[in-house]
Amino acid sequence: MPASTAVLKAELRLFLREPFTLFWIIAFPTILLTILGLIPSFRDPDPGLGGDRVIDLYVPVTVLLAMIMAGIQALPPVLSGYRERGILRRMSTTPVRPGSLLAAQIVLHFAAALGSALLVIAVGRLAFDVALPGDLPGYLLALLLGALSALALGAVVSAVTPTTKATTVVGSIVFFPMMFVAGVWAPVQSMPGLLRHIVEYFPFGAASQALNQAAGGNWPDWTYLGVTAAWAAVLVAAAVRWFRWE
Amino acid sequence: MRAGTARGDPRSMSIIEVNGLRKAYGGRPAVDGIGFAVDEGEIFGILGPNGAGKTTTVECVEGLRAPDAGVVRVAGLDPRADRGELTAILGVQLQESELQEKLTVREALELYSAFYPRPADWRELAERLGITGKLTTRFGRLSGGQKQRLFIALALIGRPRVVVLDELTTGLDPRARRDTWKLIEEVRDSGVTVLLVTHFMEEAQQLCDRIAVFKQGRVAALDSPAGLIRRSAGGTVLAFTPSRPLDDGDLTGLPEATTFERRDGRLTIHGTDATVNAVISLLARHRVTAHQLRITDSTLDDAFLELTAEQEN
Repeated sequence: MPASTAVLKAELRLFLREPFTLFWIIAFPTILLTILGLIPSFRDPDPGLGGDRVIDLYVPVTVLLAMIMAGIQALPPVLSGYRERGILRRMSTTPVRPGSLLAAQIVLHFAAALGSALLVIAVGRLAFDVALPGDLPGYLLALLLGALSALALGAVVSAVTPTTKATTVVGSIVFFPMMFVAGVWAPVQSMPGLLRHIVEYFPFGAASQALNQAAGGNWPDWTYLGVTAAWAAVLVAAAVRWFRWE
Repeated sequence: MRAGTARGDPRSMSIIEVNGLRKAYGGRPAVDGIGFAVDEGEIFGILGPNGAGKTTTVECVEGLRAPDAGVVRVAGLDPRADRGELTAILGVQLQESELQEKLTVREALELYSAFYPRPADWRELAERLGITGKLTTRFGRLSGGQKQRLFIALALIGRPRVVVLDELTTGLDPRARRDTWKLIEEVRDSGVTVLLVTHFMEEAQQLCDRIAVFKQGRVAALDSPAGLIRRSAGGTVLAFTPSRPLDDGDLTGLPEATTFERRDGRLTIHGTDATVNAVISLLARHRVTAHQLRITDSTLDDAFLELTAEQEN
């Protein structure tokens, strides 16, 4: 078995041994969607939203929430812990690069977030009759860029904090505003004009708009895709630049 | 274990060479001109007080740290530039590192086996290190000694030509410590070179073919354990309680005596066999009886304290 496969396999086992992480990434976004969907008025068409129902807007929001949970809440303490506890250091004395350990964790968090997104979309469709994404390629692209931004932001949080404790604290500080701009408290589309314009400059605000457009069957505005992609690029570069192996 | 091979630099017997090694942290030198050479197939010890530069030196050998100056070669490889080749022949046990909390012993052994082209049989290693009963236990639930034994197994799993062990038996009980020493001797006998950093004099004396004593970032002495003890001036220690006090003048005149001290009426003299004979004649001449007379050879402990104390002045 090639070394990188062995690493991925071992890290998958470890990932499956973290019930809280699995709950927050995979179950929580769907639970939130279900709770919101049980509020009757959220299932009625709202003329203020152009005839959309609130629950329609919340499917892309909870999809993004899964990305944020995986990237900003779950991933950073894992990366910092591996650094702080000398696991990366021990690995760097073997023929396998310690980067493969981080790569495995990033891949697994991404996969879990993607699984969570599918669950959200399925439950939205089956339980609350939310239409499946109308423009699937556009939806997937926006999803991918959003996930990349979230994972890269998580990696940056781990890179700029010296200890796992600090990582957890900074992670939470970043986590709440990111949930806000993704529209967890109020969907971006329902925000007042000025606030919406500001939020659209944040990775998850822009991704939220892009996802919502794609859900409605349109190719997302390049502005939204561009903003999310630019954030992803900057964050990846920052994480690579600042991450310390010990 | 694998039989020793001779793939190293044919011009030299040394498998590890360190020359003029320097490394400073924030302007304070941790390693200040260290040099030594380790022969293939020996157990080479690095001994020294805390902060003497032991760990920094082995980190340079392992390629974990870049030296500020000096040359380090392991089997002719530059630990930094030839990282890929080095890691294939080097087994490492680090002083402070852990594994993933929820990884079981078996998973750790299997995982690290997959890193090397021709790994050792991990079951056999587990057996020899006495962790067979812990294969399904998670790393976080192991005792300090069990963790240590797992790390030794992981250091040997790639069939290395050179193993670097930093604080080998820290955390082991005396029984496990002795078992580990036996294992390391077997590893050496199979042709593997062992670089051992230790705090324990007994361990160094028992295990090492040669020892470098580090003090303040330099090599204070380099010799076999017996050689280090011989070299230290107070090779033989004579202690007794005289029936009446002896004059300082008589004591300072003793041949080959290095030091003497009085405490609560008890006299301790460091010297050689000649000193012992002279003390006995002295006692006879003055008709003094020596109560509770003890004559002991000084240990590596004494030699170490002397070597490292000298440097402080």
